[in-house]
Amino acid sequence: MRIPCPYCGERDAHEFAYLGDATLTRPDPAAAEAEQAFHDYVYLRDNPAGAHEEWWYHANGCRQWLRVARDTRTHAISGAVAARVAGEPA
Amino acid sequence: MRYSFLSLLANGLSGQSRWTPAWRDAAPKPAYDVIIVGGGGHGLATAYYLAKVHGIRNVAVLEKGVIGSGNAGRNTTIIRSNYLLPGNEPFYEWSMKLWEGLEQELNYNAMVSQRGILNLFHSDAQRDAYARRGNAMRLAGVDSQLLDKARVKAMYPFLDFDNARFPIQGGLLQARAGTARHDAVVWGYARAADRLGVDIVQNCEVTGFIREGDAIVGVETTRGAVRAGKVAVAVAGSSSRVAGMAGLRLPIESHVLQAFVSEGLKPVVDGVITFGAGHFYISQSDKGGLVFGGDIDGYNSYAQRGNLPVIEDVCEGGMALMPRIGRLRLLRHWGGIMDMSMDGSPIIDRTPVPGLFLNAGWCYGGFKATPASGWCFAHLLAKGEPHETAGAFRLDRFRTGHLIDEKGVGAQPNLH
Repeated sequence: MRIPCPYCGERDAHEFAYLGDATLTRPDPAAAEAEQAFHDYVYLRDNPAGAHEEWWYHANGCRQWLRVARDTRTHAISGAVAARVAGEPA
Repeated sequence: MRYSFLSLLANGLSGQSRWTPAWRDAAPKPAYDVIIVGGGGHGLATAYYLAKVHGIRNVAVLEKGVIGSGNAGRNTTIIRSNYLLPGNEPFYEWSMKLWEGLEQELNYNAMVSQRGILNLFHSDAQRDAYARRGNAMRLAGVDSQLLDKARVKAMYPFLDFDNARFPIQGGLLQARAGTARHDAVVWGYARAADRLGVDIVQNCEVTGFIREGDAIVGVETTRGAVRAGKVAVAVAGSSSRVAGMAGLRLPIESHVLQAFVSEGLKPVVDGVITFGAGHFYISQSDKGGLVFGGDIDGYNSYAQRGNLPVIEDVCEGGMALMPRIGRLRLLRHWGGIMDMSMDGSPIIDRTPVPGLFLNAGWCYGGFKATPASGWCFAHLLAKGEPHETAGAFRLDRFRTGHLIDEKGVGAQPNLH
């Protein structure tokens, strides 16, 4: 498996560390349903067989976080973009 | 036909031509008391104990392919009960006890071999952690011995004791642990369940659930609709997909774990050995191949095949532990899909959907649990309450905070 890093080009997957599902959004801790929302955010996953958006960290490369689109049935990677959009706060 | 020395002799004298099929290839009936989705070890064991212990015999096991073709046929066949936490240890010890009587119980040779498992330690801190685990096992009534370097050397003189980075200081031995023939476990449970009237339906994929109001009252399959009083799901690897058809999201990610077999050798490793400084474990099958493995690949996958970095990592672990395997050739390797749960421990529980029960989240440790998983799931289905050894395996423990995290790494499934 090779990941097309937007900074470094296509690199072997062993240079990267995996975090998981990139579609989850951290809930608002001040919201009324925050406890339920955090349970869902921390523990529950869609875990799809097919297209999956996920976080990878290029640990042995540019040390940037990437958002990678990959098919969990075939491991085929259709694209990778930087996690942080330039100019936006972290 | 009951298997015995006499049946072997009689069939040998008649040219092995009179053996009958070990189980019926059943067609699905319109309705059952209990449907078990998934014809792996856990599903078939559940069906067997439902029929044997609880007298519930109007049961079907629905399998999408052929029985035992998923993780039951892809594991590295190790059985053990060397866990630390109180939520796990009594359950795995109950499983170990069931393994010890399994072949007589099923009248089937599952090749259960209590050859011992030795977890090596390589530092003072690791020795302390293993001593703690060994003591926790003894408190739960399970055998464990902490061996020093000299005793490990007497058992396995060929290990690399003076490795510059990871010298072997000793090991934690569970002598009652060992291996079993994984396919034979599946076939043994299938045959025994079939003899008690359970229908084993192969090539029958569940494609949806039949609902009446909130409740689930049956399943849609590729071989028609089948109704049931209770639907029990035991499809580890695909739990999220099946639960998704009932509108549930689970605390599970699917990951790929690879396993390896070398070319056949004369007997060289007579137990199970695990390397403590990396993740590598090895045993020898009765055919002679060295069976070994290590970490999961670490990313979501349903592909049943892995990638090269983990193969390299596993082989490096093997070379650090016993350099002599460097001359061996790899015969084959494969991948299986693990239900990696959020705390590394399994789930045997009812779900929020009435009529739907879940057995899932076995991570890479499901094979050793097969008998107790079936026993406890059958208990839950028959009695409506958890078995005493599986009381901690609740689906809602992530909400209540009663996690069972053996490794203490938190909600990061690829690190368990």
